Formats: sequence, structure tokens, C-alpha cells
Amino acid sequence: MLIRNLCKLALAAMALTLSGCSGGILDPKGQIGIDEKNLIIIATVLMLLVVIPVIVMTLYFAWKYRDSRTDEIYAPKWAHSTKIETIVWIIPIIIVAVLGVITWQSTQDLDPYKPLEGKGEHLVVEVVSLNWKWLFIYPEQGIATVNELVFPANVPVQYKITSESTMNSFFIPQLGSQIYSMAGMETKLHLIANEAGSYDGFSANYSGAGFTGMEFKAIATQSEADFDTWVAQVKAEKTLLNKASYQTLAEPSEDHPVTYYGDVEPGLFHSIVMKYMQAHDDMDKPHQAMHQHSANQLHSEHEE
Amino acid sequence: MSLLGKLTLDAIPFHEPILVGTFIAVVLAGLVVAGLITKYKKWGVIWNDWITSIDHKRLGVMYIIVALIMLLRGFSDAIMMRTQLAAATNGAAGYLPPEHYDQIFTAHGVIMIIFMAMPFMIGLMNIVLPLQIGARDVAFPFLNNLSFWLTAGGAILINVSLFVGEFAKTGWVAYPPLSELAYSPGVGVDYYIWALQISGLGTLLTGVNFLVTVFKMRAPGMTLMKMPIFTWTCTWANILIAASFPILTAVLAMLTLDRYLGFHFFTNAAGGNAMMYINLFWAWGHPEVYILILPAFGIFSEVVSTFAGKRLFGYKSMVYASGAISILGFIVWLHHFFTMGSSANVNAFFGVMTMVIAVPTGVKLFNWLFTIYRGRLRISTPILWTLGFMVTFTIGGMTGVLLAIPGADYVLHNSLFLIAHFHNTIIGGAVFGYLAGFVFWFPKAMGFKLDERWGKASFWCWLIGFIFAFVPLYVLGFLGMTRRLNHTDNPDWNIWLYIACGGAVIIMFGILSQLIQLFVSFKNRKALADTTGDPWNGHTLEWSTASPPQYYNFAKIPQVRDIDTWTDFKEQGKAYQTEQSYSPIHMPKNTPTGVLMGMSLTLFCFAMIWHIWWLAGLGFIAAITFFIKRCYCNDVDYYVQPDEITAIEQAHINQARAAQEASA
Repeated sequence: MLIRNLCKLALAAMALTLSGCSGGILDPKGQIGIDEKNLIIIATVLMLLVVIPVIVMTLYFAWKYRDSRTDEIYAPKWAHSTKIETIVWIIPIIIVAVLGVITWQSTQDLDPYKPLEGKGEHLVVEVVSLNWKWLFIYPEQGIATVNELVFPANVPVQYKITSESTMNSFFIPQLGSQIYSMAGMETKLHLIANEAGSYDGFSANYSGAGFTGMEFKAIATQSEADFDTWVAQVKAEKTLLNKASYQTLAEPSEDHPVTYYGDVEPGLFHSIVMKYMQAHDDMDKPHQAMHQHSANQLHSEHEE
Repeated sequence: MSLLGKLTLDAIPFHEPILVGTFIAVVLAGLVVAGLITKYKKWGVIWNDWITSIDHKRLGVMYIIVALIMLLRGFSDAIMMRTQLAAATNGAAGYLPPEHYDQIFTAHGVIMIIFMAMPFMIGLMNIVLPLQIGARDVAFPFLNNLSFWLTAGGAILINVSLFVGEFAKTGWVAYPPLSELAYSPGVGVDYYIWALQISGLGTLLTGVNFLVTVFKMRAPGMTLMKMPIFTWTCTWANILIAASFPILTAVLAMLTLDRYLGFHFFTNAAGGNAMMYINLFWAWGHPEVYILILPAFGIFSEVVSTFAGKRLFGYKSMVYASGAISILGFIVWLHHFFTMGSSANVNAFFGVMTMVIAVPTGVKLFNWLFTIYRGRLRISTPILWTLGFMVTFTIGGMTGVLLAIPGADYVLHNSLFLIAHFHNTIIGGAVFGYLAGFVFWFPKAMGFKLDERWGKASFWCWLIGFIFAFVPLYVLGFLGMTRRLNHTDNPDWNIWLYIACGGAVIIMFGILSQLIQLFVSFKNRKALADTTGDPWNGHTLEWSTASPPQYYNFAKIPQVRDIDTWTDFKEQGKAYQTEQSYSPIHMPKNTPTGVLMGMSLTLFCFAMIWHIWWLAGLGFIAAITFFIKRCYCNDVDYYVQPDEITAIEQAHINQARAAQEASA
């Protein structure tokens, strides 16, 4: 009954997820994601080598040695067998040793900080998580966007990630790895899209009331020319992102619409990362400012 | 400054119909219970025999009552989350705005781990452990009572937060900077901090108490390697408690300093570093899950060997495997945040260490299998829970190892796959274990067995509900759904969210069956009475006492020469014997100091939460005063006289012999 249910659900799950209509991590569109999917499948198959026999043995032994079957051997004092105990220690040790080697290798290969080898020059995108939206700064292009990330397919992208305030996690499931965004710090991630398309991206670490709406589209364009066209389109917007307009943007807001900034003050990302490294006298100023925001937010919630 | 600190009438959620309704229901239920107690004139009994009791068996029962009440509270939260997510698909808002929903998932996690699983585990340990080692009580009986009231104080605080103010909206891990004053200015995080602090203190004292008990109070002849396996796994858990709970206390104290006195341990500004909180939290948090699971492993071992009518296979392997799990449990904490940017070598090390834990755990599973092998397995409710565990936990272990591979965790971290995994291990492992232990030792604690039919119904509802509730979450994790979302807008996810909600409803029927089981069993308690003290043909010393045990446990401390001491006694014909004469038994007296101190400290915590400084001072001084008064009290013990012992023992033996003859 149990096994049957499990199998049915597992099969249904497999069928649905592997059919490709789903857009999850088993339907990857980038090299990192593909490697990670393969890793998951290999590890699962390896472990099933022990898991399935254990489940079958559990049910079989429970059936075979139930008390109504009095013709079976009954050995109430039998509690030790060096042979069996050696085997039950060695089997998991072998599986774990194999998995351990795979783990060590794959962790080196999939290190999020490692630039992708043999894929050419990386496009650099600076990512800032704000309450509750994503800011993407393109330092080489001198543009910035909110809640929309565009890059050409087959071009590796280096993400430099930080946070304005709370901790979030920058994640595009179909492209692969995620990494935390933390205030006052810069984390790194390297991803590539193998095919053009529009992929869901979001924060994978809860960061407060507007967290659910912290979504963006990650759009991989067909060619670099398409990407350049898009850049030109953003540049046509005459809005400037400097420290002052950034402060306004950093105000907490939910379900923020896609916004383009045609011009970005150079070094803005650096100043966001370094904003908490101030002279001792200024120590409490941003703290109080933030306090004020939160108080306003609480206030508005009460009015609802 | 106001006399009531931050506390004003606005803190009472009059405008929330769900909360007002809950409050009215709680008050009505309270009045009914109080009315019944008054009608049957039981106030004296409740105060003298329970609240002030320092008897480990009664404290154990009270712990389990707290756990069951909190299970209902935590499950209400769970089913609200599942219905919200089933309702809020395709971009709909559902019925719980983030303001509520975020409190609910935080409360669900805290309650289920700290106020359901922990008291359940500690309750079973209280009832069983001293009996298993042939002791008359724990090493520090008064401290044991105090521990209970500190835990109860934490549970009271978390429930008060429902009606006065709010609870944390941070997730149960309360990561800064979100949990710092800048982003969580309300009292929610303060409720979280103080509820965990006070109950954590209780847990730490319990851990120390039971370690001393095990090391100093074992019956003569019971060497460490002759201790029953449940006692062993509890001992490993207590070692983990003693080593890890101080970390929780310290990290919460640092967060308190940040929030109350403007310190900068974990703030963004002034050199604070939230990563330190995350490391310290999990340096406690990971051992904590082994604190929950190890005693459950002990329960399964006892249940399997009892109902298979066999000795436990590979006792030494079991002891060493538990020890290996305990030690390894301390060097894997980083796997909770592979995505925080550690270097590949660091991530790989912690990933491999985590997998290594699968080895001793796998050994345990095989040992249970070989305990069933060539046994005579009675398919009773405790065995059903055990078999259900062995099947589901194997899958939970597998998904755990998968998450331990950093490369896989980079895409599975914080997804519903993770949620499914830890519910798979905590429900399928710890909770199934406690429920097995509950049925197994219920007759020992209460004197009558539980109804089998409702017990089995409960098991099947739990198991099937569990599969329907959590397998969809594994799928949703693969589909890219992250945790703590308030609503969704992805048509591929809908069907799985509906199935998961249905699963939660089936689990609800499982819990209802358990409540009915308790009620039916209580009604039929005469027919279900256990007069032998040994209803399952048990192996260990707790079954040598009456059910419920004599308040002094053992008239004469038994001489031990085998792991399965009681089986040994039965085979040697030494069971159910009375002595020619008994020595007086030295016993501790009940005391109200524990409850007075516990409640004073609860008041202190409540006042701290609301910044009512004078009341905080008052509560703290009151607690210290009660303690000092207790220190100078000489009237703390008495002797049970041989006449009384003889009468009690003779009655037990007569009853047991009559029962044996009746069955023969």
C-alpha cells in the first residue's frame, strides 16, 4: 500500500518534471544547472542501491517473521554475528566513500566563485537585493534595471552580489546555483544560459513581508546583437541611478514594476557594499534611518 | 516612560476575527476544565500531586501533556499554511496576509521543535530512564521540577504572543539582520528570544540532571555497556544538550544585547556580522536534531526487540553508532548554508562529513532488520510506527545525503525539497518514535493500555497523510518552489499544493484518532488495565515495577547482570519476588519552589519583552528569593517505612500473580 502510493507519486512526479514543461531544476537550460541535475540523478541512483533493499527487507522480514508464522526459525538469544555486523558497516562505508569522492570533485567543479572555463569573456552584472526587489547594474554598459535581468545566451555571466539590508538568495533555478546576498559583503556567482529563453528568478531566502513578490525574469537573448539592442533600448531611458535616486529606490516596496535606468553613477555598487564601513561618528545614522523606514512600514500595516 | 512599557491596548488583536475566536475558545475550554476540577474537588490533587511533584514519572506525564497541547497548536499552524497555499494559487492572495502568515510559519517551526518534540522526548525520558537503570528518582529531583516549569514558561510565553502583541516574522531561525531592531521593530522577535531562553535553560538543566543520574545512580552491576539502549541514546542526547544548548543561550543573549542595548554583534552597521549568528545558531541547531532523533532511535530499538521477542541485534554497534552520530553531529553545521559563499574546500569537507553520518545511521537500520530476523514479530501499534519509520526514514536519509552534496544543495537549498526532507526525518523519525514510545510506555505510566484499533487507525492516517503531504513537496522543490512563499502563480505547482493540503487533512484525522484513542481507552480503562506491570513481555527493568510504578520505583534496588535485566530475572525465576524485610526508603518531598520560580521567571521574560522594567526586576528578584528560601529549607525529605513498603509490594505481587493465573 505504502510502497504502491510512493511509487505512483514518484512516477507521476518523474513524468511531470522530466516532461520539460515545468521549468524547475530538472529542466535546466544552462551548463551549471545541467551538471547539477546530473549530479542529483547519479547520487540518487547510487543511494537507491541501498535504500530499496532496506525498504524491501523491512517489509519482507516483518511479513516473514510475524508471530502467526510459527514454522519459521525463532532464535530469541541470537544477537551478534561478526560477519553480518562487518557487512552492515562496510556497505554504507563503500557507498559513502564513492559519494564522498563525487562530492569532493563536484564541489570543486561547481564552485560558484569559479569563472566558467572555456566559455570566453564573462559579462559582469552587479546584483543588489533591496526590500523587496532586485537591482541589476551593468557596469560595462553603464545601465541598470530593476526586476529584469537580460544577458545573451551562451555568454557566461559573472554576478557580483550584495544586499542593501536583509539577507536574500539570488536564484534562477533553470540556470543552476544560488548564492546569498548579504549587506556589507560581496558574494560571487557564475552562470551561463545554453539556450535563449525567459527564466524565473527570485529570492530563495526569506527577507520579510514583501519576500514573495521578490521575483524577476532572467531573459537570455538569442544573440549578442539582440542583447546590444536591448542595452540601447535601456540607454534611451533618460533616468539616472545615482546615490540619491538609489536611496529612493531602496525604500521598502512590494511587487516593484520593471524599471530601466539609462545611466548609472560609476562606483555605485562599490559604495553600496561599503556603506556600512563608515567613520565611527556616522555609525548610528543609517541605523536610525532604517529604523524610521521600518516604523513607517509598521504604521501603514496597522492602517490596513 | 509608561508604567506598562510598550504594552498598550493596541497590542491586543481585537480586529482579528481568527484570533478573537481562538481566544474565546481557549477561555471557554479553560473554564470547562476549571469547572470540572472544581466539581470533582481535584484542585488539591493537582497542586499537591502534580504541579509541586518532583516525581520523575509525574513530571514525564506533564511534559507529554504539554507536548500534546503544543502539537495541536503547531498542527493548527501547519494546516493554516497548507490551506493558505492551496487557496493562494494563480496569483490569488489567499486568506492570510504576510503579516499573519509570516508569524504562523515562524511559530510552527519553533513550537514543533522546541515545545512539541523536545517536551515529548524529555517526557518519555523522564518516565522511563530512571526506571530502566534501577534508580528511585533522578539525581536532582527538585531541579527536574524546575526544568519542567521553565519549559512550561516558554510554552506559555509563545501562546501569550498569540493574544498579546505578535510573534516573530523571521522564520524559526530568526536570522539577523532581519531579526535585528532595524527590520523587526515589534515585540515578535523578543517573544522568540525569551521563550527560547527560558525553555532552553530548562532543557540544559534536564540534560545535566539526567547525565548525573545515569553516571551516578545505576543499579549495582549495571556497567555502562549493560545499560538499556534507550538509556544509552538518551545519554548521548543529553551529552549533546549539555554541549550545544549553551551555544543557543549565548547566541540569543548576543541578539538580545543587539536589540536591547544597541550592541552590534550581528547588525549590518559598525562591524556586526550576521554570518556569525548563522554559524552559532546551527552549531546548536544541528546537534539539536540529533537530540531529537537519538532517543527515538532508542525507542525503536526497545520496541523492535520487545515485540520480536528477541535480544537487540548488535547492541555494541548500536551504542557506538549513536556515539558516532553524536560526535559527527557537531562537525556538520555548515551544511545549512553551503550557499553563503564558503570556499569549495570548506563546503566539500562539511558535505563529506555530513554523508559520513549516513554510515552509523545505516548500521542502525540494518541492526533493527536483523533484530526482526528470526524473531516472532507481534504486529502491534508500536511496531507499526517502527516499520513506518524504517521505510520513510530511509527515504528521508537518502534525501538528506543528497542535500549534503554542495553541488545539489546549490539548487535545492531553501526549496520545498528541503522542507520535505526535514519533515521526513523529524516526523518519520522523531515523531513516529515518540508516538511508538507513547503507546509502548503508556500502560507503564498510566496503568492501562491504549486502544489498539484507534491506535492503528491513527498510524495509517499519519503514514498516508504524511506521504500525501510531503511527497508533493519533494516534487515542488524540483519544480523550483522556494520555502516561505505567501502565494504562488505557477500553474504547474497547483496540483501538488492541493495534494499536500489533502495530506495535511489526512494527518489531522490521525491526530483526531489519537484523541479518540485516549478518550476510548480512558473509558475502558478497567478492561485495558495492566495488572502485571509487564504488558508486552518486556526486557528491561521498567517492566519489573507495577503499572503505574510504586512512587519509590524499587523497594529493593535490583542486582543487574545482563542488558535485558528483566528477561534475565524472568528466566532465573527471580521475577515477582518479595523480600522478607525492607529497609526504609529515603525520598524527597514535593515542593512548590519549582513552579514559583518558573512562573516568576516567566513573568520576568514577559516584562522584558514589553520593556516593563519594574516588573522584570520584581519577577527576577522573586525567583531568586524563592530559590534562596529553598536553599535554607531543611524539610526536604522523608523515609518510607518498611510496613508501608511491604503492603504496597505484596499488593503488586498478588495482583501480578492473579493476572498470570487468569491468563494461563
